[in-house]
Amino acid sequence: MNGFPILSLITFLPVIGMIIILFIPSKMIKEIKITSLIITFLQIILAVVLLGNFNYNAGGIYEVSSFQFIEKFRWIELTGLSWIGTIKVDYFLGADGLSLPMILLTAIVSFIAIISSWNISKSIKGYFALFLLLDTGMMGVFVALDFFLFYIFWELMLLPMYFLIGIWGGPRKEYAAIKFFIYTLFGSVFMLLVMIALYFSAGETLADGRVVYTFNLLALMDPANYLDNGLLSPLNPNNYRLAAYIALFVGFAIKIPMFPFHTWLPDAHVEAPTPISVILAGVLLKMGTYGILRISYPIFPEITEQLAYYIALFGVINIIYGGLVALAQKDFKKLIAYSSVSHMGYVLLGMASMSTTGITGAIFQMFNHGTITAMLFLIVGVIYDRAHTREINGFGGLANKMPIYTGFVTVAFFAAIGLPSLSGFISEALVFVGAFGVAEIRTLTMIGTLGILIGAAYMLWTLQRIFFGEFNTKWENVLHDITFREYAMLIPLTIIIIFLGIYPSAMLDIMNTSVNTLVEFIANGAQNIRISGM
Amino acid sequence: MSETANINISIAILLLPLLGFIIVLFFGKRFPKIYLAEVGIISFAFILSLVVGYSKLTSFLHQDLLFSFTWINFGNVPKIGELTVDLGIKIDNLTVIMLFVVNLISMLVHIYSIAYMEGDKRYSRYFSYLGIFTFSMLGIVLTDNLLMMYIFWELVGLSSYLLIGFWYEKQSASDAGKKAFLTNRIGDIGMFIGILILFTNYKSFSFDFIYSQIANGILPYGSEVWLTAAGILVFMGAVGKSAQFPLHVWLPDAMEGPTPVSALIHAATMVAAGVYLVARIFVMLTADAMLVIAIVGAVTSLFAATIALTQNDIKKVLAYSTVSQLGYMIMALGVGAYTYAFFHLVTHAFFKACLFLGSGSVIHSMHHEQDIREMGGLKKKMPITYYTFLISTLAISGIPLTSGFLSKDGLLAGTLAFGELTGHWLIPIMGFLVAFLTAFYMFRLVILTFHGEPRNQHKFDHAHESPFVMVMPLVVLSVLSTFIWYTPNPIGATDGWFATEWVQTPQTVVPETSRFDFMVREPHEASVGEHGLIAHSEKYEHAMHWAHYPAMILSILLGGLGILLAFTMYQWKKISPDNIADKVKSLYKGSLNKWYVDEIYDASFISGTLGLGNILSWFDKWIVDGIVNGSATLTRVFSKISGWFDTYIVDGFVNATAFISGFIGLNFKRMQTGKVQTYIVLVVFSIIVLFFIIGPF
Repeated sequence: MNGFPILSLITFLPVIGMIIILFIPSKMIKEIKITSLIITFLQIILAVVLLGNFNYNAGGIYEVSSFQFIEKFRWIELTGLSWIGTIKVDYFLGADGLSLPMILLTAIVSFIAIISSWNISKSIKGYFALFLLLDTGMMGVFVALDFFLFYIFWELMLLPMYFLIGIWGGPRKEYAAIKFFIYTLFGSVFMLLVMIALYFSAGETLADGRVVYTFNLLALMDPANYLDNGLLSPLNPNNYRLAAYIALFVGFAIKIPMFPFHTWLPDAHVEAPTPISVILAGVLLKMGTYGILRISYPIFPEITEQLAYYIALFGVINIIYGGLVALAQKDFKKLIAYSSVSHMGYVLLGMASMSTTGITGAIFQMFNHGTITAMLFLIVGVIYDRAHTREINGFGGLANKMPIYTGFVTVAFFAAIGLPSLSGFISEALVFVGAFGVAEIRTLTMIGTLGILIGAAYMLWTLQRIFFGEFNTKWENVLHDITFREYAMLIPLTIIIIFLGIYPSAMLDIMNTSVNTLVEFIANGAQNIRISGM
Repeated sequence: MSETANINISIAILLLPLLGFIIVLFFGKRFPKIYLAEVGIISFAFILSLVVGYSKLTSFLHQDLLFSFTWINFGNVPKIGELTVDLGIKIDNLTVIMLFVVNLISMLVHIYSIAYMEGDKRYSRYFSYLGIFTFSMLGIVLTDNLLMMYIFWELVGLSSYLLIGFWYEKQSASDAGKKAFLTNRIGDIGMFIGILILFTNYKSFSFDFIYSQIANGILPYGSEVWLTAAGILVFMGAVGKSAQFPLHVWLPDAMEGPTPVSALIHAATMVAAGVYLVARIFVMLTADAMLVIAIVGAVTSLFAATIALTQNDIKKVLAYSTVSQLGYMIMALGVGAYTYAFFHLVTHAFFKACLFLGSGSVIHSMHHEQDIREMGGLKKKMPITYYTFLISTLAISGIPLTSGFLSKDGLLAGTLAFGELTGHWLIPIMGFLVAFLTAFYMFRLVILTFHGEPRNQHKFDHAHESPFVMVMPLVVLSVLSTFIWYTPNPIGATDGWFATEWVQTPQTVVPETSRFDFMVREPHEASVGEHGLIAHSEKYEHAMHWAHYPAMILSILLGGLGILLAFTMYQWKKISPDNIADKVKSLYKGSLNKWYVDEIYDASFISGTLGLGNILSWFDKWIVDGIVNGSATLTRVFSKISGWFDTYIVDGFVNATAFISGFIGLNFKRMQTGKVQTYIVLVVFSIIVLFFIIGPF
């Protein structure tokens, strides 16, 4: 793989697809759809190639040499800008055990979301073009190792998402789209501030006395690169670092979404068309937790340790609060949206443990939530396409009318409940194992385990209300069992969920070395900074 | 047979029912006869379990067969070192006996169901569910670690959920399935936390490894309190699964499932998994944990027995009797009568399965009538069902010559010995009271169902003996409910192979300071007793010996008294049950309504949770999101205000300035007349003014 820019290819392939689509006349609907399908399928192939060439023993995280598929060259260089000195931005891509699961997830979910987009009827050309642009943005976030580049991808994904919800959405689409947009932008501003502050805090001094600042994430992780008087320098710990951490965290937390920044999510989900909900829950939410692990943790190890308790606290609030609010929902899609809030809480809790088991669980939970929730939203889509309502109490007895659909629903629901032998169990269990091992958050973890009861309650109750009991004959002619296209979406996800439930090592081994590296790096980093600060 | 062969066959036994599940689930629609494959597979698994059982109990009587593999490898974990998660199986005597029991009853229930479920629209689906249940149950039996225990624990929960709600068109059935799953989850959370405590401290889920660490004096967080906590928390799993008070509420409702399912899952095997779990963790239970377990068991068995007295649904009576008998087993483990607890698990599995299948036979022939007030006189119509039912009833009542007598007697002797050694006399008192109540309500059931005159002639006329595939299992199970399979001496379990050769109390690993002193043989006492290894102290042996005859006599007396009372009231009608009910109206009402536990839970936990959900949902919509929308509105208002300010104040100021300059300019321009005379006048006037202002005077 040496020298072949596979990460660039997997990232920008959708843009190539977008350009092709822009050249296809908008009447050629089928060609547009098939182009998108091929592009996302090629993306899966590339992801599999990545997996095949992946070195399981390379840690990555902070060390350039153990990152894989690296591409690095100077992208922007402006010299002699008065007091700023030289601005350098690298085009720096690379993958490690933290990003590969997310790359795989993005490829899989995008492909399935394209299949799910087949029955989009409004301005198809624009839809698929924007969708592919969104795909590039998401993939880029997971491969970028330069903060500036990361930020560009982060913002790149925002715009197509805004239009995809705002144009192809439901009745209150404008409200949902603008809420999503402004909320995320609000977070981005914080991220931008921290990024600039970091930029001016670290850099190398050249022979002629000029200081060259850097956006390179790996360079920012090394305390040695910080300037003595740098604002955010770990060499002289100060409250600015704490403030920067919190600001950055808020930027990421909005995306997760973490309580109390979560209210854009139910609105966005309810209004978004099914495939966009799938993308939103399947991939977008992970960008927040990924960002924390990739950027906040290794750059601010000592603050992470300091605030771990609060991260766990918010994780547990997400779990319990999201679950209880889900229990009260009457709209099927809104219920799934709140279940996402709850399930992302597990990710936060696992991360807060800063242990191998916990962080492994968190990343695995990110992947599993991506596949399971994607499946749940597809399931909502199946019923909404037919009945044009999502009112849970409006159905009943569907098990007899749509037995195969019910089978898929049962698998997805029990995966969400965390039934052993399905993937969700492993990640939730690892999160609890990791978090319980940390004395400070043990009590919180015990409270968090109530989430598995609440989760089972709202899922089984929903299963009962929609699928069991007497069939509501109102739907006699409307509801039919699933079609070939729906099989094509649901079967791959089902297989992944069952396979990873029985053989989790397939995924855990990918992230293992990196997680161990990360855990050790944070522990050592935090300790070194504490010593230097004394 | 070699060790490896035994292990391989055991793995085959485990996986066969899974294979059956998959085949029948996916091909059931296309090949309606495929259910026979499932029946065949289970029968084959049963034969294999006979083979393994024989081999283990003859060649490896005192040796455990072990097999494990690494499932998850975390590599070199910072601060911990190499960390792996291993799965594996452990075959000891308990395991092979359970393999036999589970596979036998599962096979009989499969055969029975061929006739019982005939004509059901989800016939093959039903058999596939039985397959996945059997797989999960065998997983629990075979595991050598807590994680796999938990995994299969949840899977039996799933199959139980699916089978209770099998007739999901009925609201009550789907409610019951949901209730069973959620109630079990409450217990499972406790169990999970208990497992977390152990894993955090020992970095392993393996039973043997954890016990060896405890035996070496390494306690969880270095404290015996945590060891007690871990024991009680793991026991919570058993409270859920084995329907112990206060989580017993799901089991009676679970009777919504098909009756063969009630026999297999909710009487003989799955609910006994809790007892099996406690047996598995028995050696790490501290004295405090054991006392808690004993009390929970005793309270459950008495509580359920008082409810069983007044129920009119044939399956409900049996359900409460199951809860009561499970309480017995749990209580027996709590008092240290390990052998008899497990013994009772086995005997109960057979006679209770027989009772449930017998009730299924009655229900089947009465066209799904379950109310015993509508029955009566069925003895004549269904003799085989009647006699097998009677034998099982004698067994559950603890009448000599039955298996139940042996296990119950040993178990009650254990409680007496416990009372003698620790002073907790209330536990044996409750135990004996339950023996009396059990005999009474079980014979009430038999008499009302089979004896006397039919109370519903129409239904009676249609009743008939069940077909061969249904009565055959009844006969097998009732034959297994006699003493001869366990001991040659009908009144002495200690003379038999079961209680002395096969199942022995394991040596506790709990440190001296927190265990019952009688749980361990003193160093100076011989470690090998009369019948091989014995864990208990001589003091305990003496107490057991002392308790043996009193327990036997008391239990026969009380059982006989219960039967006599049942006959007096329901057969000979010398005492009217209605009169008694009238006299103790509130007690009768309480018993009939299950002491209102469901109502209390509904009003407190369930309404509370749902209410909290609604409150939080409101909070989310109007407060959390309200703040978001509010700040958006505020921003808009602010921008409007600043817009107004901009237009009228800032811009107004600019415009005003322009206007004023314009105005001034306009007026001043008038002065620019262009006439020299005007200018001269102005200049002269100005000079005069200046002269006066700055002038010298």
